[in-house]
Amino acid sequence: MSAFARIVWVIVKKDLTVEVRSLEILSTTMFFAVTVVLMFSFGLVVDGRPLNDVAAAILWVAIAFSGTLALGRTFERERHNDTLRALLLAPADRPALYMGKLLGILLLMGLVELVLVPLIGLLFNAPVIQQGMLLGLLVAAGTLGFAAVGTLFAAMLMRARSRDVLLPIMLYPMTVPVMIAGVRGTAALFQPTPDAAVAQFWLSLLAAFDVVFVILALWTFEPVMTD
Amino acid sequence: MTRSMVVMVALAAGMFAIAPWLINGAPSEATMGLVYKIYFFHMPSAWMFLVAATTAGVASFRLLFLKRPRADHWVIAAAELAVLFGAFTLVTGPLWARKSWGVWWVWDARLTSSLMLFMIFVAYSLLRRYGGPGSDKLGAGLALFGMANVPFIYVSVNYWRTFHPPTSVVPKLPVEMGIPLWFCVTAFTLLFVILLRVRAHLEHQRERVEALYLAEDEA
Repeated sequence: MSAFARIVWVIVKKDLTVEVRSLEILSTTMFFAVTVVLMFSFGLVVDGRPLNDVAAAILWVAIAFSGTLALGRTFERERHNDTLRALLLAPADRPALYMGKLLGILLLMGLVELVLVPLIGLLFNAPVIQQGMLLGLLVAAGTLGFAAVGTLFAAMLMRARSRDVLLPIMLYPMTVPVMIAGVRGTAALFQPTPDAAVAQFWLSLLAAFDVVFVILALWTFEPVMTD
Repeated sequence: MTRSMVVMVALAAGMFAIAPWLINGAPSEATMGLVYKIYFFHMPSAWMFLVAATTAGVASFRLLFLKRPRADHWVIAAAELAVLFGAFTLVTGPLWARKSWGVWWVWDARLTSSLMLFMIFVAYSLLRRYGGPGSDKLGAGLALFGMANVPFIYVSVNYWRTFHPPTSVVPKLPVEMGIPLWFCVTAFTLLFVILLRVRAHLEHQRERVEALYLAEDEA
């Protein structure tokens, strides 16, 4: 295993160990995501029937909201214990630190989505199994794009004042392409007859977004995290 | 104020004074009548909006990767101008759209990407205002990501739906419309350069004052 991969693994393991012992972020984020979906369904299910295309939008809004929460909490924990300084002092490449943090966030968000997607299927009568593979890829690619930008911004904001409000302010305009592509792709799959071709177009756009933004984040993490 | 600045300010003031006559003299457009003349201010300000955003992106790159601390002053100046010209574009655009499309706003590729770029620079300003120490690098990262983001927003909405007239209409405009248009573009460019220089200069001065205060405290 190369040095880079080892550092990434050490950081993921550290975050997982802390999380498994308290389950703080996972349980709160999961419950928050479920609450968001319920709030929307009270507003958007009229006469027992959901409005057209609403399920896809709610899924992605819930992913974005709960993702922001997970990002904020993960880095707040580092800040609270002042362990980020230790991380940055460690003889490790900055991009490896970023990668480790990103994988940790992805794991958290993935677990939340494992609950979120079936819940949407249940409450909004959305066909989540029919094109399950494509739906899974869309959600995974969208989550990666969201978390790639989010991890960088949350890390940068750690030393800033009013970081709780600044994170969504910065993150949401930046992840508009993820939201559009995710919602449109998922909506195509939630049609009575799923449109796989449209979903594949959006998936390829998400993949391009992921590649560009992961590379850009790896590249910017070093200068922005160095004083 | 340097001599070049005096010349530029005088020139810009003169051009903006003459511009209404030139625009008034341009022929009316067949379907839209008088309202289309918003275009003579809308398009130049939209261009300056993009120029400001690009300037902020380039200056951010210099700050982050070439370690030029003074580039931060240019990022601040360019980001504020992006908000200014962006707001101008987003106000004049709907005035035109109401007459042309019958609605104030549509979720078109250009409109959406302009709005998102505007929001990114508003976020930048909020960050600089309330972010506290260290927000210069953070802001530079935001501006850099904002630049990379624009093509994605554009492609995604373009595929989704599009209404805005393409830029390819510009070279095809009749001469009587082209002259006032390019006149306005020049005037707006001058205004942009003046404001950029003044704002960056203000930041340079502010930094010098702070350095002097610090030196006095230590003495």
